[in-house]
Amino acid sequence: MGAALPSALAGDATRPGQHTWLHSLVRWLFIAVSLTFLAAVLLAPLATVFVMALERGLQAYLHSFADPDTAAAVRLTLTTALVVVPINTLFGLAAAWAIAKFEFRGKSILITLIDLPLAISPVISGMIFVLLFGLHGWFGVWLREHDLSIIFALPGIMLATMFVTFPYVARELIPLMQQLGNDEEEAAITLGAGGWMTFFHVTLPKIRWGLLYGMVLCNARAMGEFGAVSVVSGHIRGLTNTMPLHIEILYNEYNFVGAFAVASLLTLLAALTLVVKTLVERTGYRRR
Amino acid sequence: MSFRQPSVLPGFGLTFGFTTFFLSAIVLLPLAALALAAASLHWSDFVHVVLSPRALGSYRLSFGASFLAAAINLVFGLIIAWTLVRYEFPGRGLIDALIDMPFALPTAVSGIALTTVFAHNGWIGRYLEPWGVKVAYTWVGVTLALTLISMPFAVRAVQPALLEVQRDLEEAAETLGAGRIYVFRRIILPAVLPALLTGFTLAFARALGEYGSVIFIAGNLPMKTEITPLLIVIHLEEFDYHGAAALGVVMLGISFVVLLAINLLQAWGRRRHVRAAH
Repeated sequence: MGAALPSALAGDATRPGQHTWLHSLVRWLFIAVSLTFLAAVLLAPLATVFVMALERGLQAYLHSFADPDTAAAVRLTLTTALVVVPINTLFGLAAAWAIAKFEFRGKSILITLIDLPLAISPVISGMIFVLLFGLHGWFGVWLREHDLSIIFALPGIMLATMFVTFPYVARELIPLMQQLGNDEEEAAITLGAGGWMTFFHVTLPKIRWGLLYGMVLCNARAMGEFGAVSVVSGHIRGLTNTMPLHIEILYNEYNFVGAFAVASLLTLLAALTLVVKTLVERTGYRRR
Repeated sequence: MSFRQPSVLPGFGLTFGFTTFFLSAIVLLPLAALALAAASLHWSDFVHVVLSPRALGSYRLSFGASFLAAAINLVFGLIIAWTLVRYEFPGRGLIDALIDMPFALPTAVSGIALTTVFAHNGWIGRYLEPWGVKVAYTWVGVTLALTLISMPFAVRAVQPALLEVQRDLEEAAETLGAGRIYVFRRIILPAVLPALLTGFTLAFARALGEYGSVIFIAGNLPMKTEITPLLIVIHLEEFDYHGAAALGVVMLGISFVVLLAINLLQAWGRRRHVRAAH
């Protein structure tokens, strides 16, 4: 995500040659074009989500969450995020410590490999787990003999989600920790602090905002992932349907209030994610 | 040179070991399965799958629409970034924060919302219908969905570059009698060109792999409005794992080329930057 704008550069009024009629015409034209474009492709769809969800009134909106399949989808999405986000956070912390605190050969290759899932189509991210664990996959026969299921079941959904959200915490923490340097940690160790003590009392307080931001991004993607999860889930109502998948089913059944009601929850989650991003940037932590 | 330079800090073995183990288990092993599945396919079968008329039709749409979406974002991304960097207007902070919305919004939500807005009876679709412009369930809709989801890449790539343009140079040029268009062409555009191209490539790469938002608005007719990721899903649903893997390898190969292009572009941009500073 992008950098916040220093507002010092935005003030135009005092610069010479900036108050001709042509300049203000261009200025308003640019603002108008930008806002029209954003209104058409971004704001109108966002507004539609809530208008459609509330089309039959608040009662119908709230009632759509009482549907047991919808409730199950919400539970499944929350469970998945609760498992995936902490694991990827742990991974992100370990990867950032290894990469930012030490110099070793092949570091740039390691960073590239960590970023790899971001460059892969969600559909392919799901497919690779089907190739491994699906009925005709590498471990398919073995799994069936042992009566285990990964694909079309919860473990598959979690694996696919873990894959697509894999880099999020690490790629926030690595540049941040590289930028902060090692001096304070080295001082702590030299003065006799243990490794864990140094991490919890020296490193963690410095990186907590970046860590929070990475976790929030990871969570947003984990709860919203569609393509990868769609391939491994099997779309069993009430069992393996996450919220985004349940939206698809309701929408295809022309249950628009239900589909947009679930969509409104995910939209609020996205809005919350952006609020956290803005707040974190205000604390002074910025991405490169 | 040894593998690792000495350091007083502890924990390298633990964190490096955990990182490489977890990376191998979650990312590298599954990707190896994809390569193996495609490799186990006979060469003639591979060609048969990846060059079938239906696959070729899907490439045409996926590449065409992604390219068009990235091109649209090249133009509007620059305009939006310019507006956010150079002009002060009410709601600027809010708009700036909202640019990242397509990153945070689940693709399924973008998909159903865009389809509703641009359907023949939707808020915007109903005004386009009388002009004969059909958006939902055509390639236009596919392009629109890809434009929305790749928009932040273009804006966020250009914004920092625009901030760095030296306004002294612009003012000097204008004092010497240069018009705004000349200043834009000779000072601003050269400074932001690498960032613009990086933004274009990032947007293109993101659009190529997109699935969730497109399938709702596309209509998904074979040869007409079927994107390559959807064709992969269709192969998987028919338990044709090898066919799916073959198409997946083709897409991965292309993504790899695009990523390489991004790295080269960024290196080029850095070199220009260094040269300009001297």
